[in-house]
Amino acid sequence: MSVITPIGTLYRGGEGMWTWVLHRITGVSVFFFLLVHVLDTALVRVSPEAYDLIIATYKTPIVNLLEVGLVGAVLYHALNGLRVILIDFWRRGPRYQRQMTWVIAAIWFALMLPGTYFMMKHTIEAMFGSTS
Amino acid sequence: MTTLDISAPRSGAKRSGQRSNFELYSWLFMRISGIILVVLVLSHLVIMNLLDGGVQRINFAFVAGRWSSPFWQIWDLTMLWLAMLHGTNGMRTIINDYAERNQTRFWLKMALYTSSGFIILLGTLVIFTFDPNIG
Repeated sequence: MSVITPIGTLYRGGEGMWTWVLHRITGVSVFFFLLVHVLDTALVRVSPEAYDLIIATYKTPIVNLLEVGLVGAVLYHALNGLRVILIDFWRRGPRYQRQMTWVIAAIWFALMLPGTYFMMKHTIEAMFGSTS
Repeated sequence: MTTLDISAPRSGAKRSGQRSNFELYSWLFMRISGIILVVLVLSHLVIMNLLDGGVQRINFAFVAGRWSSPFWQIWDLTMLWLAMLHGTNGMRTIINDYAERNQTRFWLKMALYTSSGFIILLGTLVIFTFDPNIG
């Protein structure tokens, strides 16, 4: 079975393209969160009550899950950003770009597995009862 | 005899003025600010979301405690400026890539620069004028 590449597109698949696509998606997502995050923090200039009220929404289970997504997005963007820098500035960077993709994937999972557990610990205990 | 006049290639597209190195500096800025942000933002996320109860312990008093120290004020201010400029420049690149009409590109970028400028100024103002005894 032959792979048909559509005419008129620059997208060619592989690690190079998909890391780039993910870099854009995570970048845009984090940017829009950042706009909201500065606005919510700005409430400390309004009153302690206003700030605490909005921060309380960050402590709910669904937003807690979104925080895990945010941390995952930032962590991916950071790791892939370092990979891009190595491709640009390290002499052997372009040759090892594919291996570096799997290295950052491994680091991402190694940090996100315990990270997710500790970020969700309170929510899990609140929903299913404390195990300790 | 007719003149054989062959117009020079691209004669219609004159480069106006000097060429700028803006895109080179923007490319370099993304890498330098990126490295600094890896340290600032990942530490920020670990402190705010993981350590000592994570987001559950954050409230006004927590913010007041942190911003009583110039260290965290400068940390947050640097993070705000670098992250906003890094993010705005990334969004500018994406608009240039996908918005095909000149008008669309222009207005999307105006909206981007307006909101970014507002957020940077607001965040800076909040850090510098924070009052722990408000309310």
